[in-house]
Amino acid sequence: MPSVTYISASGSETAVAGFAGDSVMETAVRNGIPGIVAECGGSLSCATCHVFVCADSVFSPMEDLEDAMLDGTAIDREENSRLSCQLRLSDADIRVTTPETQV
Amino acid sequence: MTGTGTSAGTLIIGNCQAGVQLACSLRELGDTDPIVLVGEEPHAPYQRPPLSKAFLKGEVTADSLTFRTHEFYRERNIELVTRERIVSVTRDGDGSGGTAVAESGRRFEFARLALTTGAVPRQIPFDGSELEGVSYLRTATDAAQLQQGLAAARNVVVVGGGFIGLEVAAGARAAGLTVTVLEAAPRLVGRAVSEQTSEFYLQAHRRRGIRVVLNAQVARFLGEHDRVTGVELGDGTVVPADVVLIGVGVIPRTELAEQLGLALDNGIVVDGTALCSDGLTVAAGDCANLPNPSITPGGVARLRLESVQNAVEQAKIAAATLLSLPAAYSTVPWFWSDQADLKLQIAGLSGGHDQIVLRGEPDSETFSVLYYRAGQLIAADCINKPLDFIAARGALHHGQNVPADLAGDVTIPLKKLVSAVPALAGK
Repeated sequence: MPSVTYISASGSETAVAGFAGDSVMETAVRNGIPGIVAECGGSLSCATCHVFVCADSVFSPMEDLEDAMLDGTAIDREENSRLSCQLRLSDADIRVTTPETQV
Repeated sequence: MTGTGTSAGTLIIGNCQAGVQLACSLRELGDTDPIVLVGEEPHAPYQRPPLSKAFLKGEVTADSLTFRTHEFYRERNIELVTRERIVSVTRDGDGSGGTAVAESGRRFEFARLALTTGAVPRQIPFDGSELEGVSYLRTATDAAQLQQGLAAARNVVVVGGGFIGLEVAAGARAAGLTVTVLEAAPRLVGRAVSEQTSEFYLQAHRRRGIRVVLNAQVARFLGEHDRVTGVELGDGTVVPADVVLIGVGVIPRTELAEQLGLALDNGIVVDGTALCSDGLTVAAGDCANLPNPSITPGGVARLRLESVQNAVEQAKIAAATLLSLPAAYSTVPWFWSDQADLKLQIAGLSGGHDQIVLRGEPDSETFSVLYYRAGQLIAADCINKPLDFIAARGALHHGQNVPADLAGDVTIPLKKLVSAVPALAGK
C-alpha cells in the first residue's frame, strides 16, 4: 500500500495509507485530511481539491479539462499544481502540499 | 453527559452528506461529548451524486463512494449506527435533552439533536407502479437495482425530465439503449434553469437520439408476469419499456420534526443559523427550509436547496450553533449535472432574474447563460464551460459583477471581465 503524505500550507504533515487505483483526493477525504474540500466528489466540477505535487512524486500528465479548471482555483496555480481527484495512486509513495484555502 | 450504556451527547439523525459533515465539524470545533450518527441504510454514509452518473456506468462501486473510513469515525469517537430507522423522538419536559427510538426498539438518548433526515423521491400512484422494473433513484440500493435492470434492458423510459432523469437517460442512451423521456411540463428541468437552458437540453438530448416528449401525460404502466413492458400515455399510445425510472423530485422528510412540533413549510423551517423553531434542534441539508442565502438582494425569501454544497455549508453552521458559536452562510450555492458528455455547472440562484445574457452559441454545446437582476450578476448556467463557472462563482462569492453588456463577448475570458469591475455598492 502506498503511503500518501499531505503537507498543510503551514507545514504540518499527515501520512495515511492509500490504495493503488484510488485518487489522492479520495484518500484525503476518507481520512478527513483538512485542506482538501472536493465538493463534487471527483467529477471535475468544483476545483476544490487543488494540491501542489512534491518533486519526488510522479503522476500521469493532466488532460485539458483539469488544466482549464486549474485556472480557477482559489489559490493561484503553480508549475506543480494538480487537481487531486485526477491523481491516481500506484504502489509508489506520494507527497503533496495543500493550499491555504480551496474556496 | 456520561452514563452507563447509552450516553447523551449529540444525536444526528440521518447518515448522509450533511450528517457526516455535522459530526466532523463538531469535532473540528473542539466538541468532546459523545456523537452518535444514526441512519437506516445498511451502508456507511456515501456520496449520492455519482449514483445517477458514474455508478450506473460501472465506473465506480458503492464502496468507493464511502465518505470516510470506519477508522476515521473510530479515531474521532463518532459512533456510526447503520440499519436503524428512527421512528419517534421526544424531548424532555424542560427541553434539555430527549430520546429517539428506532423501529427495532433501540433507544438513543441525547442532550443535543440534529436532523439531517434528507428527502425521499416523490412517488406517483400510477397503476402498475408496483411492477418489477419500475424504479426510483435515491439510495445506493436503488442504484444497484437500476444498474442491474439497465444491463438487461433495450427500452428505457424515464418519467420526469429533471436532473436525475436526464442523467440516467443520457447514460442509458450512450450505452446504446432506446430511451424515451416523458416530461409533464412544457420544458425540461423547469425548476432549475431558464427556458434557454431547457431548450438547449431538449435539442442536445434529441441530437443524441433520446426521444423527449413534453407535456406528456402518463396514464399507467403496463406489464406482463409482474414485469413492466410499457408506459401508456394519456392519448392511448404505448411506449415500450423494460425499465422505467421515475424521477419527479423529492419530498423532504419531516416526520420526526413534526413529532417535535417544529415549524414546517416545504421542509423543516430553520433560521440562518440552522436552528429550528424550538430554538434547540438544528436541521441541515435537503430536509431544511432556509432563508435565501444569496449575497445579492432579492429573489425568494426562503427555499430548500438540494445540493452537496448546501448540505456541507448548512451542516457546518448547524455544528457551530449546537456549540453556541457564531456562524453564517458564506458560500455560493452551486449545482452540477453531468449528462453523458454535457457538463452543466450552475453558480448562484437565478430566481427573480430580470435579464439574461447568452455567452456563446448553444448549438456549439459550449456556452453559458448569465442571469442578472437590476444589472447585477446573480447566477450562471455553464455548459461545458468550467472556466465561466469558476469565474462566475468567484464573482458571486466576492460580491463582484460582470457588466451585462460585456458578458456575451466570448473572446474575453469571463475572469477578466470580473476582475475589471469593482464590487457593486449596496450589496
